[in-house]
Amino acid sequence: MLKKDLLGIKDLTREEILEILDLAFEMKKLLNGEKYSQALRGKTVVTIFFEPSTRTRLSFEMAAKYLGAHYGNIEVATSSVVKGESLIDTIRTVERMKADVIVTRHNMSGTPHLLAKYTNASIINGGDGINEHPTQALLDMMTIKEKKGDFKGLKVAIIGDIMHSRVARSNIWGLKKLGAEVKVAGPSTLMPPQIEKMGVKVCYNAEEAIKDADVVMGLRIQLERQKSGLFPSIEEYREYFGINEERMRLAKPDAILMHPGPINRNVEVTSGAANASYSVIEEQVTNGVAVRMALLKILCERRN
Amino acid sequence: MRIVIKNGIVIDGFGGEEKADIFINYGIIKGIDKNIDVSDAIVIDAEGKYVLPGFVDMHTHLRQPGFEEKETIKTGTESAAAGGFTTVACMPNTNPPIDSEVVVEYVKAVAQREGVVKVLPIGAMTKGMKGEEITEMAKLKKAGVVALSDDGFPIMSAGIMKRVMTYGKMYDLLMITHCEDKTLSGEGVMNSGIIATMLGLKGIPREAEEVMLARNIILAKATGAKLHIAHVSTKGSVELIRRAKEEGVSITAEVTPHHLTLTDEAVYNYDTNTKVFPPLRTREDVEALIEGLKDGTIDAIATDHAPHTKDDKKVPYDMAPFGISGLETAFSVINTFLVQTGIITMKALVNYMSMNPARILGISNGIRVGATADIVIVNPHEEYTVDKEKFKSKGKNTPYHGMKLKGVVEYTIVEGQIRYQKNKKFEKVEI
Repeated sequence: MLKKDLLGIKDLTREEILEILDLAFEMKKLLNGEKYSQALRGKTVVTIFFEPSTRTRLSFEMAAKYLGAHYGNIEVATSSVVKGESLIDTIRTVERMKADVIVTRHNMSGTPHLLAKYTNASIINGGDGINEHPTQALLDMMTIKEKKGDFKGLKVAIIGDIMHSRVARSNIWGLKKLGAEVKVAGPSTLMPPQIEKMGVKVCYNAEEAIKDADVVMGLRIQLERQKSGLFPSIEEYREYFGINEERMRLAKPDAILMHPGPINRNVEVTSGAANASYSVIEEQVTNGVAVRMALLKILCERRN
Repeated sequence: MRIVIKNGIVIDGFGGEEKADIFINYGIIKGIDKNIDVSDAIVIDAEGKYVLPGFVDMHTHLRQPGFEEKETIKTGTESAAAGGFTTVACMPNTNPPIDSEVVVEYVKAVAQREGVVKVLPIGAMTKGMKGEEITEMAKLKKAGVVALSDDGFPIMSAGIMKRVMTYGKMYDLLMITHCEDKTLSGEGVMNSGIIATMLGLKGIPREAEEVMLARNIILAKATGAKLHIAHVSTKGSVELIRRAKEEGVSITAEVTPHHLTLTDEAVYNYDTNTKVFPPLRTREDVEALIEGLKDGTIDAIATDHAPHTKDDKKVPYDMAPFGISGLETAFSVINTFLVQTGIITMKALVNYMSMNPARILGISNGIRVGATADIVIVNPHEEYTVDKEKFKSKGKNTPYHGMKLKGVVEYTIVEGQIRYQKNKKFEKVEI
């Protein structure tokens, strides 16, 4: 299973996703127990983030260290890397320092796909532009599996700036492969063209999407999108698309609330909802480390 | 140089198609007949091949001056000759742009010295192609431009465009417009639709082209200027042009080989060689473009040859420049996808690639006694695999690399001189 790289959920089969999740559950046991293994002894993991990140990068660092790998990090402000050729140079330089796995994040879609062609190291996509964020979707799917057991017929509502969300795209690919029903909701100006052809139902208000949902997933609204005129105001957004306790009552009684973080509290999700018992937002963070441990293990074992 | 082309199927561009010999005497077609024999002439055996009027590309980027790492007038015209083109019209988005008679003279001089096919410069509509002040159109025309264009830098202000057309009309200048409303294309890099959504790439909607096209049609109608639409890519554009022609607007249009044969699905693996403006659209658009070509809505096939270096294209899709290197695949692409499939005839190909572009640009072309010998000889049945490394062009940016195509250019003859011969190294020598 799995090729050299993990570039997107789009490229994975249902079986591959489930295999990663199974291993992630094992990793979670390790994480909740002795928190150390030598599984990746002698392996080197490097993170290169061309876009600011705190959680995802740290999550990869922890995952690498818990499994006994060497870890290095390059932080590059996107502005200082202007030419693509130097992107390729950067990746080759890191490879020459004997990196086995390189995790990248870049603000342009398809960048990890480009880099993967120019290195023998395994590339993990830590987020590319508005395309995919596969490890986030895997941790989301792990959390859903943990809470709901099965994906068949599960109703999932994804609400927010779908157009610019790599989290939404990766989750749609994955959840559809696993048999869930996906609804997306957001202002029409933040909805990617023809998204319904990906097999999702498009809603233009939060209630319709949340109604009878098993899983409600909020997405971060970038405040700069409002400034660039894509929607009129935060207030109007909150009124029609915000996730609050009242709206959560429209979902199934045992529904869960998820969010990839960081949350704009009281913009896309109210504090009341984010702190409620149905919120699994903090559990997602732990699962993120477990999923990344599983991936590092699978990719490194493939390299042996 | 005296040449006799024997036994080829001659399509003359004036409706005739018959097996004949052609005698070229020092640049001029002297005879078209059965069994011509001339003692001291070079004899080309064209048995089983087509002998056609040289192709004319009305949309080429030669990149010189300013971007010689991408292409030069020398390499660009060698590429043209290899593609069967005897004339190319080159776009003004060079550095400096072709916005003054000095640059026109420079391009003409370099073309005279180093070029292997005829080069017709296209002048800019506005100074520096900035969309602000109109150029010295009378002087440009006198210096030898065949048309004006804002290619690559669409004039967003309707007021300025109207002024360009009004002034240019005085000198009967052809207005070639790249139709793009920048406020609609925005940061888009490929066709807006499901494929862009699935790839997480920003889309360029069809409206970006159609809104600007509609504006330009209205302005052409108001000013009476001769309008030519560059690289039509959408079904809606075909409909707008069809209607404008019905209304009697002075309008012509071109389509590229890639827009006639590829769709946005080619972008699927983020191959930056598929990044082109306007973007590759959908099957529905391709069908409408072919229909438009067949019913005369679209007059010409033009390459929009836009060479870039490998490094230019070895970047994330968002960062790559738009453009496809198209001169050397144009004939075989059209032959493979449209002629060999029976969608159009070889005679029609000659109209789209040789006769109509010449007519629009106001130059003569066609095979008849007394005419200048601009001729291409092609073998329509030979199959080959596209190898970008073999391109004469510096631009190896082609989405057709590795594809099996039918149709090979055997000879390109410009003003009676053999400027390209298959499998032969070329030296520019006047005989």
